[in-house]
Amino acid sequence: MSRKGKRGIAGILESREVERIRGPLLFVKIASGVAFDELVEIELSSGEKRRGRVLDISSGVAVVQVFEGTTGISTTGTTVRFLGKTLEIGVSEDMLGRIFNGLGDPIDGGPSVIAEEKRDVNGEPLNPASRAYPKDFIQTGVSAIDGMNTLVRGQKLPIFSGGGLPHNVLAAQIARQSVVRGENEQFAVVFAAIGIKYDDFLFFRKFFEETGARSKVAMFVNLANEPAMIRLMTPRVALTLAEYLAYERDMHVLAIITDMTNYAEALREVSSAREEIPGRQGYPGYMYSDLASIYERAGRVIGKKGSITQMPILSMPNDDITHPIPDLTGYITEGQIVLDRGLYNRGIYPPVNVLMSLSRLMKEGIGPGKTREDHNDVYNQLYAAYSRAQELRSLATIIGEESLSPTDKKYLRFSEAFERTFINQLPTENRSIEETLDIAWNVLSILPENELTNIRPEHLQKYYKKS
Amino acid sequence: MSVLGRIRRISGSLVVAEDMAGIKMYEVVEVGEEGLIGEVSRIEGDVAYIQVYESTSGLRPGEIVKGTGNPLSVELGPGLISQIYDGIQRPLEDVKKLSNSIFVKRGIRLPALPREKKWHFKPIEQFKHGSKVSGGTIIGTVKESELIEHRIMVPPNIHGVLKELSPEGDYNIEEEIGSVEQDGKKIPLKLYHTWPVRIPRPYQDKLEPNEPLVTGLRIIDTLFPIAKGGTAAIPGGFGTGKTVTLHGLAQWSEAKVVIYIGCGERGNEMTEVLERFPEYKDPWTGRPLMERTILIANTSNMPVAAREASIYVGVTMAEYYRDQGYDVLLVADSTSRWAEALREIAGRLEEMPAEEGYPSYLASRIAEFYERAGRVIAAGDPRRIGSVTIGGAVSPPGGDFTEPVTSHTRRFVRVFWALDTALAYSRHYPAINWLISYSAYADTVSEWWKKNVDSSWSEDRKRALEILYRENEVREIVRLVGTEGLSESDKLILFTARLLKDGFLKQNAFDPIDAFSEPRRQYKMLRSILTVHEAISALILQKGVTMSEVEGAISDPVAKLVRGRYTIPHDRTEEFDKIVNEILKKLEELQKAR
Ligand SMILES: Nc1ncnc2c1ncn2[C@@H]1O[C@H](COP(=O)(O)OP(=O)(O)OP(=O)(O)O)[C@@H](O)[C@H]1O
Ligand SMILES: [Mg+2]
Repeated sequence: MSRKGKRGIAGILESREVERIRGPLLFVKIASGVAFDELVEIELSSGEKRRGRVLDISSGVAVVQVFEGTTGISTTGTTVRFLGKTLEIGVSEDMLGRIFNGLGDPIDGGPSVIAEEKRDVNGEPLNPASRAYPKDFIQTGVSAIDGMNTLVRGQKLPIFSGGGLPHNVLAAQIARQSVVRGENEQFAVVFAAIGIKYDDFLFFRKFFEETGARSKVAMFVNLANEPAMIRLMTPRVALTLAEYLAYERDMHVLAIITDMTNYAEALREVSSAREEIPGRQGYPGYMYSDLASIYERAGRVIGKKGSITQMPILSMPNDDITHPIPDLTGYITEGQIVLDRGLYNRGIYPPVNVLMSLSRLMKEGIGPGKTREDHNDVYNQLYAAYSRAQELRSLATIIGEESLSPTDKKYLRFSEAFERTFINQLPTENRSIEETLDIAWNVLSILPENELTNIRPEHLQKYYKKS
Repeated sequence: MSVLGRIRRISGSLVVAEDMAGIKMYEVVEVGEEGLIGEVSRIEGDVAYIQVYESTSGLRPGEIVKGTGNPLSVELGPGLISQIYDGIQRPLEDVKKLSNSIFVKRGIRLPALPREKKWHFKPIEQFKHGSKVSGGTIIGTVKESELIEHRIMVPPNIHGVLKELSPEGDYNIEEEIGSVEQDGKKIPLKLYHTWPVRIPRPYQDKLEPNEPLVTGLRIIDTLFPIAKGGTAAIPGGFGTGKTVTLHGLAQWSEAKVVIYIGCGERGNEMTEVLERFPEYKDPWTGRPLMERTILIANTSNMPVAAREASIYVGVTMAEYYRDQGYDVLLVADSTSRWAEALREIAGRLEEMPAEEGYPSYLASRIAEFYERAGRVIAAGDPRRIGSVTIGGAVSPPGGDFTEPVTSHTRRFVRVFWALDTALAYSRHYPAINWLISYSAYADTVSEWWKKNVDSSWSEDRKRALEILYRENEVREIVRLVGTEGLSESDKLILFTARLLKDGFLKQNAFDPIDAFSEPRRQYKMLRSILTVHEAISALILQKGVTMSEVEGAISDPVAKLVRGRYTIPHDRTEEFDKIVNEILKKLEELQKAR
């Protein structure tokens, strides 16, 4: 039997024997009694304190991941304290309106938060039998979303973007305009910044201040120049607050998390420091499950009023949707909004590639009593027609537009109008779902009635504009 | 005496324990003070490597590890139907009640089957004291749900003389309802027994799957059918429609029992089934779908080790109902997550990786899983045939079908429904690519179609496929030289292929009429399109009419024909004939005008 380490005051166990340092990891000699996943405090010889957690533990050695990084840590003169608990944050409604660092400490100069409860940031898996299926239509005022990829309350719907594309503007527009019709309650926003540029952070902060929404927003910020290991905790810290607000305080929470690509890179860094067998492009094989432990923290629950709607933002490396980060994300989330450089270059805002975008929870959120009775048919038809038009467009570039049949030419006109008037709108323009559907009918009416085979005759009769 | 050791190392879901001499491979152990459930996956001397099925956060080296003496097993008996279990058969509704939490707490132990509930047991009359019985022999029945008569069997591998059998009456599953004497030992019989999940249940004989498992999905039943006892894989990138298709199979298939394994996928997808299935009716019996369904959920945020187990837990239950003489459908969404769990476990055990980090035994594990499908003569009396049909989703990274899980799966399944990202982008659902999908059962099930639906089913199916294949070639030509140089019959191919796609292959899973088509309706729709095709073909070949004239003349009724899939109710399929007649009449007028 191994020697039991003595825990001091408040269950703290101490070691001064750092054996090895590799990347963000410390290998610390310990007596037994240290727990897997335990929170660790590292005191440098300078007196500086950092935090970390136990990633691997055997009878003699604990592997500690240091959130703030290992720069400046020496194998001598360092004290490592095992704190006898996992990383927890105190949560409270008063955190709305405040700004925190990536580990949940206030950085806005305000008072420290008086916690109503302490929670493990890792959370626990929601029991599938406790979930309630998300069904409430959120009107974002953006046609490409409301009409074609409807968001519902409790959904996790990421934005797949690329460098220089207006994902921040779009996310802000959605945060500002989103309402569930028939309710005038605003969303509380939990905002997690993961390794983003200061400019991007300023953009959001200014935006929340200007819209007067600051009091409903809690921001957790880890900037690009801050330690990468913290990024692994930031979304978890933010979602821990979100869960508290949703399930204990009956709030509808919108969680905006940006940029998940930085998160995944931090994950890769730890993995390679641990010399794990890498999966695709060096990302660890468990990245799917790891990402899921973040994304699945969205939803609605039976018997609770609140909800968590997640809108993560990620940039696709090289605009490549098959890159492991967007790919694994798409496999977990309930759809995706894909931004497109081609549309952006043609001046279309928001440059949403509707064909590549998807909302899996749309079906329950639309239709009579929710949006409008024709919505289902209209969106099916828009998809069918727009994808046919795309095909014809590429055909026309080969054989020339003049060789297309008259009907086919109408498809090209339709697609042009669809992009220019339906998808395209101002960042300040807030369209009702009726406006969105009416614009859809304007563009669909460019096509002959007999082409609209996805639409029921009764809806055609009511809405189709005969020329 | 059970083994008692101590934790030496913890790394994620892997726990290494020492002082474990005597422990067996795959034995279930209790880990740490909370007694977390784990399974032994490697032994070196007295050191055991353990996969823990729950979060290991907070575990410490030095905590105890206790052997249970048993391999991972499931409870099989009445009360399985309508349940939702986690990956190691913990009933999630009960977990919810017991923990009084919306989250899955760890360390909770609950029996899989309700202990208190009384079931009305009816013994089989012919048995009396002294009858010879063997594993699989049915000794009585219990009404498990309105749909399922649960047949109580002598557990596998037991044979002997029936000593007692209780009279008709109400019993809970722990009560003895009889006993068998085997080799001088009395073995009690209960309404349930347990079975180790990694060992296939025995049967008498395997048969050729030759009856279709009708699914109500047109592209499947008509073009790429699955047989009862068959195996199918449905690979596709994210969002291409694997889950919707598997939900469709679970909903509409003519199976007696459906087992749905949510393996490393979304929580809401389980919730959807939980909310929808009690409301939706089984089209074959009119009863709520939940009365024939068992759910197993290890969602993507639940512990990974249990993901690996969930597949075996599910297939063992499937075999159990098969042994009762029922047709069982098992769907697993997604087998890739299961394979990834294998990979993760192998990685933590520091095994030598083969392709893309997967262990070298990936292929054999996949093969073993699909081998558990089949149509069999069950063990024991009376003679009965049951089947397990398996449909597994595959989630290839980047939608690349050459990756290990997809390519190995392909070797072991006989039906391949390949989902296509391009079709999904254009919202052609189900996005099953007809050019690369296949079914090895198309010929074997054709007898059934000939007998029950129409004698020309086979030819018409082939004809439809030919048109679709030819369309692909014609489109190649168009991409090179445009439509102008096309012959009229090639233009007809384009026209008919579009009809087939829009009016037959596309099937909206969320439309109350379109979602499900029974075989006769499927055939009627197909024949309608082919009839139109044949009539036009005669016209352009013999009378020199052009396709653009034809299309102009019949565009109204053709639009109606396309809409028919969601506008014509199930009991009014003669409407299709009316539309076809309308089209034929217009074509005749065109011909007369010549
Ligand atoms: N037959 C269908 N009818 C209508 N819509 C469909 C159909 N099949 C798929 N869809 C649409 O496609 C979406 C994605 O389908 P699904 O969730 O089945 O994808 P998946 O292949 O399981 O993806 P993932 O691998 O990410 O789980 C659905 O939410 C639905 O909107
Ligand atoms: Mg799916």
